[in-house]
Amino acid sequence: MATDPDHDHGHDNHLSEMVLRVKALETLLVAKGLVDPAALDAMIDAYENKIGPRNGARVVVKAWTDPAYKARLMEDATTAIAELGYSGAQGEHMVVVENTPAVHNLVVCTLCSCYPWPVLGLPPVWYKSSAYRSRAVIDPRGVLQDFGLTLPDDVAVRVWDSTAEIRYLVLPERPPGTEGLSVEALEALVTRDTMIGTARVAAP
Amino acid sequence: MNGVHDMGGMHGFGPVEPEANEPVFHAPWEGRVLAIRRALGAWRKWNIDAGRHSIETLPPADYLRMSYYEKWLASAIKLALGAGLITERELETGQRDPSAPVATPPLTAAMVMPAILKGSPTHRDTAAKPRFAAGQAVRARDINPTSHTRLPRYVRGRRGTVERDHGAHVFPDSNARFEGENPQYLYTVRFSARELWGESANPGDSVHLDLWEGYLDVA
Repeated sequence: MATDPDHDHGHDNHLSEMVLRVKALETLLVAKGLVDPAALDAMIDAYENKIGPRNGARVVVKAWTDPAYKARLMEDATTAIAELGYSGAQGEHMVVVENTPAVHNLVVCTLCSCYPWPVLGLPPVWYKSSAYRSRAVIDPRGVLQDFGLTLPDDVAVRVWDSTAEIRYLVLPERPPGTEGLSVEALEALVTRDTMIGTARVAAP
Repeated sequence: MNGVHDMGGMHGFGPVEPEANEPVFHAPWEGRVLAIRRALGAWRKWNIDAGRHSIETLPPADYLRMSYYEKWLASAIKLALGAGLITERELETGQRDPSAPVATPPLTAAMVMPAILKGSPTHRDTAAKPRFAAGQAVRARDINPTSHTRLPRYVRGRRGTVERDHGAHVFPDSNARFEGENPQYLYTVRFSARELWGESANPGDSVHLDLWEGYLDVA
């Protein structure tokens, strides 16, 4: 779709132009001693391989299975999440919002693309898109329908617009029929979108 | 600024299109851009608010056309030029000005994970007392600063309820202009969907924003 800037990656000429421009800039910055290419590699490795939504899934499942942890998480999410080793950039100040049968939470950043990196990694393209940023606050139920989720009118939708440095993680509902599952099996059920609020955790 | 970045409530951008099995980066250059911009940030020549403002001040048509990492690249170049880390001539030629000294990068590979895990907290201690308390009715001020602000247009003039006091945080409006952190109390404020969008909104729905004290008046 050439008209959609978030999906223009198939445009070969444009892509090769970006490759060249970025390479030229990196070459200049390295020659000037402004950046260390090994540090760039380490940064990319961190976000490709170490920091992602599996971190958030561990937080969610620990909250599901350990009531004392859940209490700490709801009281001071930053500290409780740091207990599991997740902290820092774009998650310095964390708040967890809990889905219940009566309340569904949805996280957005209308002004840019703020997102809880330590627990979810880097945001997906749709989270950064104009469509999501514009509509999540005025038509959250329509946005959820884009994800195949239709909520009854009597479920209150709470939208969290990340306008400051507070970052939000949704604690999804634990589905019924999961009582006997191992921690690993439970974590596998918790997808990224369930922790943004655009999906519910599906029963196995 | 009342820029095109302030998108909450706009129409016309179409449906949200989730991508199955989306990779972290769609091409290696995207990862290089992310890493370059953050590694340049380690020079501490600018702050996160100035960084956001550098993206907001891209020409509106470019802002809408460019992908996220294209905007990050444009922003990294603007910030590096503005801070004097690179010159226009170096950017054009791709060659280092031979008369300029070669620096030592402040961020090494070994420092990357510790720096990520430490982050840059924005909470600040203050002797000031909070003006508002949880449960209090407030109204978002109707202000239209031409520089950086984190008060979206769609809540200006609207009445909400303070839900939570986060203590004092760096105030982005002044920090983006390099005029100091001026920490202010930050509050989560709940606005009913009907207050923001009218009678067609679901009566139980709400939108919650984190707003600094200077954005709020007693309702």
